[in-house]
Amino acid sequence: MSRTSTPTLIFRRILAALPSIVGVIIITFVLTRALPGDPAAYFAGPAASQEAIEQIRETLGLNRSLLAQFFIYIGELFRGDLGMSLTTGQSVLSDLLARLPASLELTLAGLFFSLVLALPLGVLAATRPGSWIDHSVRLIATAGVSLPTFFTGLLLIYLFYFRLGVAPAPLGRLSLLYTNPPAVTGLFLIDSLLAADFGTFWAALSQLMLPAITLGLFALAPLARVTRAAMLGVLSSDFIRTAKASGLSRRTILFGYAFRNALLPIVTTLGVVFSFLLGANVLVEKVFAWPGIGSYAVSALVASDYAAVQGFVLTMALLYVVLNLLIDLLYAVIDPRAGVES
Amino acid sequence: MTLTPSPVPSDPSSADPSPADSLSADLRIDSDQAAQQSAWSQARYVISENGVTFGAFLLFFMFVLFALFGSAIAPYDPLASNAAQSLSPPTAAHWFGTDDLGRDVLSRVIVATRLDLGIATIAVIISFFLGSILGTCAGYFGGIADKLISRLVDTIMAFPLFILAMGLVAALGNTVENIIYATAVINLPLYTRVVRSEVLIRRDAGYIEAARLVGNGPLRIMATHLFPNVLPVMMVHISLNMGWAILNAAGLSFIGLGVRPPTPEWGIMVAEGATYIISGEWWLAIFPGIVLMLAVFCFNLLGDGLRDLIDPRMRT
Repeated sequence: MSRTSTPTLIFRRILAALPSIVGVIIITFVLTRALPGDPAAYFAGPAASQEAIEQIRETLGLNRSLLAQFFIYIGELFRGDLGMSLTTGQSVLSDLLARLPASLELTLAGLFFSLVLALPLGVLAATRPGSWIDHSVRLIATAGVSLPTFFTGLLLIYLFYFRLGVAPAPLGRLSLLYTNPPAVTGLFLIDSLLAADFGTFWAALSQLMLPAITLGLFALAPLARVTRAAMLGVLSSDFIRTAKASGLSRRTILFGYAFRNALLPIVTTLGVVFSFLLGANVLVEKVFAWPGIGSYAVSALVASDYAAVQGFVLTMALLYVVLNLLIDLLYAVIDPRAGVES
Repeated sequence: MTLTPSPVPSDPSSADPSPADSLSADLRIDSDQAAQQSAWSQARYVISENGVTFGAFLLFFMFVLFALFGSAIAPYDPLASNAAQSLSPPTAAHWFGTDDLGRDVLSRVIVATRLDLGIATIAVIISFFLGSILGTCAGYFGGIADKLISRLVDTIMAFPLFILAMGLVAALGNTVENIIYATAVINLPLYTRVVRSEVLIRRDAGYIEAARLVGNGPLRIMATHLFPNVLPVMMVHISLNMGWAILNAAGLSFIGLGVRPPTPEWGIMVAEGATYIISGEWWLAIFPGIVLMLAVFCFNLLGDGLRDLIDPRMRT
């Protein structure tokens, strides 16, 4: 048994993520080239002239072999060239970069909301297995995963905007009365705090509330279930019995010993949760007119703007690979054993 | 949903299941009369213990009825518009109200059942079928077959699944068939992984060795000895997965893929009703949404109930 240093470990994890990235790039390439009919015509859009289609065929290298096309595609990716969007008339990359912070802010807020709710619920259920609390947590979790996100969003809009009037109109990140805070991170909540502009912070937060809750409810179920299962497993282990026998307080046992050990499976589940969140993000953005990359992709889909859709799929997949890598690294940080090679 | 991976023994010597494992495996594998009877009494016990599962069964039958005889049950023609009756809130004549063209929302919701459940069912059947073949091969043969299949599955899993489905439908063309294929592809990893790990556990069991010694070929062993034993666990996953497939298909049509208006479909109905919710005409979007939620909820509860019945250890 020898302990590997953390930098080596991090390097190894990054290497392990490479096959996924290659796989993602191959699949996106196949998706763009396996279009039935003429891909050049697809990329040129429905209203393109014959010359425009020919020109696109030339630039995409569609008259060459598939392998040569693949290398052209890789070269374009490295130069950050994802093609031009037909709907906005700008490069897909700049469109996506401009909209990515909005999506990230929404996803992270949703994750935060579901963690804040799911962890206590899971712990509560695990400490009282078989009780009414346990059963209701199970029911809430199952209901949460059964709710179509787009429907939850509409229901919340109806209740909190139309009926109660406490939520702002579901139209984007910031009401028209406010100007965007100076961009540092691109996340309005953080940027407005950095600029010490609390009015804008409050306005951005109130816009973010409903979509974040909608997203969070969907991610609640897997998190609460895994927290409960992990806590149950840890609480029945020998070291907890020893801790109890030693007369440690309930709080120390629960949070000092049990919860820290239960964190490991919870962190592993975050991968699945992010898959849920990124997918549901698209639907929530459409419902709340949120100016992120999800709503961009939806309008591109409707307009048959293929370069934009493929750029979006690639961005989301790469984002997901990076998130999984971060989860892996977090795991290594939390669990010292992960660095031990047998 | 099993979020924690099943134990996958790396070498045959460690494949020996723990006593508790082999006990429940025997219970599962025994298929003689006595066991069947005890399974029935267990089912009765579970249903009487668990009213929720029984309720889910009733809901399930209702949805099956709607899917089979929807157009006969629906009180009105789901496509017939009536300008005089547009945007009417729920009344005795129109329980779920009417939409902007005066069409009866209740009838549209009932008739939509066949399309929504149909898409999900066909998609789940396709991915169950393909996933079982791939997973059995990967688990039984190991080696290169396992590496290739696992790599394929990992690549699919490298995408956020709903987004992969969007990309697939965008590339293959915006039709209902392609919604089905996309849903099947994104569910493939689940089945392949579960079948693979279940086959791995059983690959070196005594009865498989015996079957091999008697001279059965790999194909026969996989099809008649391994797969039937994996099936009960798969039923749980199918049920849980159906709910997810319905959500997925409805989500795709909500963003304008696949099903076209005026075809009644839950996702589209919610999307069409969304514009009216801000002005207070809630029944257009809320009723189809509730029915969609009930359908997904029903399959999830059924899956939970089935899990308690088939393998209580899987419960989380």
